[in-house]
Amino acid sequence: MEHDSGHTTPTAHPAEAHEEHHHPGWSTYWKVALILTIITIGEVWMYYIPALVASRVFVPLLLVLSALKFIIVVMFYMHLKYDHKLFRALFTGPLFIAALTLISLLFLFGQLVAKLGQ
Amino acid sequence: MTAPAAHHYTSTGLDSRKIAIWAFIGSECMLFTSLISTYLIYKGRNRVGPYPHDVWVDPTTGQQFPAILNIPVTSASTFTLLMSSLFMVLALAAVQNKHVPKHTRGDRILGSSKLWLWATAIAGTVFLGFQAFEFTSFVHEGLTIKTNLFGSTFFTLTGFHGAHVTAGVIWLLTLLSIDYRRGLGPADALNVDIAALYWHFVDVVWIVIFTLVYLIK
Repeated sequence: MEHDSGHTTPTAHPAEAHEEHHHPGWSTYWKVALILTIITIGEVWMYYIPALVASRVFVPLLLVLSALKFIIVVMFYMHLKYDHKLFRALFTGPLFIAALTLISLLFLFGQLVAKLGQ
Repeated sequence: MTAPAAHHYTSTGLDSRKIAIWAFIGSECMLFTSLISTYLIYKGRNRVGPYPHDVWVDPTTGQQFPAILNIPVTSASTFTLLMSSLFMVLALAAVQNKHVPKHTRGDRILGSSKLWLWATAIAGTVFLGFQAFEFTSFVHEGLTIKTNLFGSTFFTLTGFHGAHVTAGVIWLLTLLSIDYRRGLGPADALNVDIAALYWHFVDVVWIVIFTLVYLIK
C-alpha cells in the first residue's frame, strides 16, 4: 500500500522526487483493531474483579494497557512508525513536556495536601 | 482541499500541511494534559456527591445516589470509537489506492472511500450519541458541572473531547461531500491523511480518558 505521506527527499526538487512510503494494509489494520479490542475487553473485565481492583497492581496494570493501546494507535494507525523523524519529534516532544507537567503537578498538589493535612 | 495537486513544501522536503497537523496535535496533547491534570488533582476531593464510583447518601435529605459512572455504556462507546479508527485507516487506504484495479467484491468494498468515510462519521456520531445519553443521565441523577469538583472536571474534560469529535465528524462530512462531487483520489491522499491523523488523535485521547476517568477508582 503506497501513500503520499507528505515526505520528499530534502535535497531533490519536491515535484520531481516525491518519495513514497509503504504503509501497512488491511491485514495489519484488522489485527491492530483486534488487539485493541482484546485489550479493552481485558481492561473492563479487570474492573469487575474486586480482588484485583483492591490490589496494588490494578492501577499500574491499567496504565500499562492504556499506554500500550495509545502506542499501537500512534504507531500503526497514525503511521508514526513509518513516517519522517520530524513528525515523531513534533508529537513526542510536546507529549514528553505534557507528561512531565502532569507528574509535577500531581507531585506538587500531593505535597500541598499532605502539608495542609498536618 | 480545493487544489489537491498543489503542494506546500518546506526546506525539510516535507509538506507544510503535514508538519502543521503534527504541530497542532502536539499542542493538543498539552491542552488535554492540562484538563486531565486538573481532573486528577481534584479526584477524590469532593465534599458532596454524586461520586463517580461510590454510593453517596445526602446527609440533609437522606437520599441515596448510586455510583454515577456507567461502565458498560462507556465501554460500548469506547469500542465504537476504536472501530472508527479502523474505518478511518481503511478510508485513507481506499483513497490512496483509488486507481488500483478491483477484481473481487472484497476489493471493491475495501476500495470504497465513501463507505469507510461514512462508517467513520457514523461511528463518531454514535459515540457522540452515547456521550449525550451519559451527560443527560448524569444531570437527571443530580450531577451537573457545578455540583462538585468531579462534575466540573468531568464535564469540562469529556465536553472538550466531545467537541473535538464533533469537529472531526464535520471534517469527515466535508471530505464525503468532495468525494461525492468529484471523487477523492491519490492526489487527495494527503488531505485525507491529515483528517485521519486528527481523528486518530481524538481516539488516543479517549483511550487515556477511559482509563483514567472511568476505570481507575
